[in-house]
Amino acid sequence: MAGGNPASTTEYIQHHLTNLVYGKLPAGYERHTDHGVETLQADTWTMAHGGQEATDMGFWAIHVDSMFWSIGLGSLFCWMFLRAAKKAHTGVPAGWLNFVEMIVEFIDGSVKDSFHGRNKMVAPLALTIFVWVFLMNFMDLLPVDLIPELLMLAGVPYQKIVPSTDPNITLGMALGVFVLMLYYSFKIKGTGFVKELTMHPFNHWGFIPVNLFMETVGLLAKPFSLGLRLFGNMYAGEMIFILIATMFAAGAGAGFVSGGLHAELFGEQTSGYFWLVIFLLVTGVCWLNLKGKVSTGKTVLLCMAFMAIGGGLFALGGGLMQWGWAVFHILVITLQAFIFMVLTVVYLSMAHEDH
Amino acid sequence: MNINLTLFGQMVTFAFFVWFCMKFVWPVIIDSMEERQKKIADGLDAADRALRDLELAQSKATDQMKDAKQEAAGIIDQANKRAGQIVDEAKNQARTEGDRLKVAAEAEIEQEINRAKEELRASVAGLALAGAEMILEAEIDEKANRTLVDNLAAQL
Repeated sequence: MAGGNPASTTEYIQHHLTNLVYGKLPAGYERHTDHGVETLQADTWTMAHGGQEATDMGFWAIHVDSMFWSIGLGSLFCWMFLRAAKKAHTGVPAGWLNFVEMIVEFIDGSVKDSFHGRNKMVAPLALTIFVWVFLMNFMDLLPVDLIPELLMLAGVPYQKIVPSTDPNITLGMALGVFVLMLYYSFKIKGTGFVKELTMHPFNHWGFIPVNLFMETVGLLAKPFSLGLRLFGNMYAGEMIFILIATMFAAGAGAGFVSGGLHAELFGEQTSGYFWLVIFLLVTGVCWLNLKGKVSTGKTVLLCMAFMAIGGGLFALGGGLMQWGWAVFHILVITLQAFIFMVLTVVYLSMAHEDH
Repeated sequence: MNINLTLFGQMVTFAFFVWFCMKFVWPVIIDSMEERQKKIADGLDAADRALRDLELAQSKATDQMKDAKQEAAGIIDQANKRAGQIVDEAKNQARTEGDRLKVAAEAEIEQEINRAKEELRASVAGLALAGAEMILEAEIDEKANRTLVDNLAAQL
């Protein structure tokens, strides 16, 4: 929450980008707590207090919020689709079953278009990826402050509710796909896969090191581009929501004097200008009152109206921009889920192609 | 933005959900969809067949109707013809019967005439003889004149 103090904008953004982390702090680590510096005697598994500690935990840490939302949304997907599967019949489908069948048919069509091998796993894999990634991306459309703020009231200090803005999540899935690619490459092609890696662009034994290097880079680029594409898109989208929120949520407060002044002083341009206009209007009215042109009662009313309108405009502007970006973002989240799915299918299809 | 255990946590989760979907969700839904597709295709086929059957039955019915009409017309024709025949036959019969009756009547009349003639002839001989007896007043040898008288009578 930006509150009325734009000076905390950086803090606000950083807070929004910090995961709730549970991990191991090494022995001898100096913890900064409210009671001063505390030196750990032994390796300790604990919740991280802030981003610095999370970084210092290194590899032995887990993003509790990412995992929670990811598993939660995955379970939601499984539960909803299992419910449809339980009700599946050959009569006229209705309601939820109809919707599920529509998605299943869409996925089935996409998979049949780009995957020509025989593998019973690819279509369910594609379905899982599409729906799960879509649901994870969809969390982006919830108001940025809603759940973190509520959880904050409940005593949870950090919360990132969009798992796909966490590179661990996207790369984790991409690595899962990578493992499948390797597995099927070896299973289907056997030594042919080794040949593909060593003899491919230049078919001569002398070029084996060059070939190996190029092919390995190409192979590794697949999961990384897969994971980072999703991460990058969702991270950028989330960032824009946060920025709109800082600009205008701060602005809503700026309708009242102090926040606006801060905005003016600390370079929050947009809300600053808004604040300046309102400040001038209010000052003008007061000045007219001093000159005796406007009665005191009217002055108070006008000042309050100006401030309310200023604050309201900010809130409205912020709301509209959030809404506009959300509408655009609906396309992005669907498209990214679809791209992730299609690329997975294409990569697996390549793993199945025997030359 | 740190890469940590979450990466592997997500990999395991991912594997589990894919397995779950592959085991319990996908096959059930896709099977039921395929079965439904088959059912619909069968249904459409059956409808087509039924339509063709209906057309066939209709044309058959029309044919039968036409046949029946023809037959009926034939029967009526025949009946008319027969009726004419019966009337003709009856007429002929009546005519022949009439003829026969006429002939019989004529024969009877002839017979009556002949009988009358016989009777007359018989009585003429007696009368002639009686007359002659009266005229001659003498007994004439019946035997000698008999032939004469019979001849006379035969001339009647």
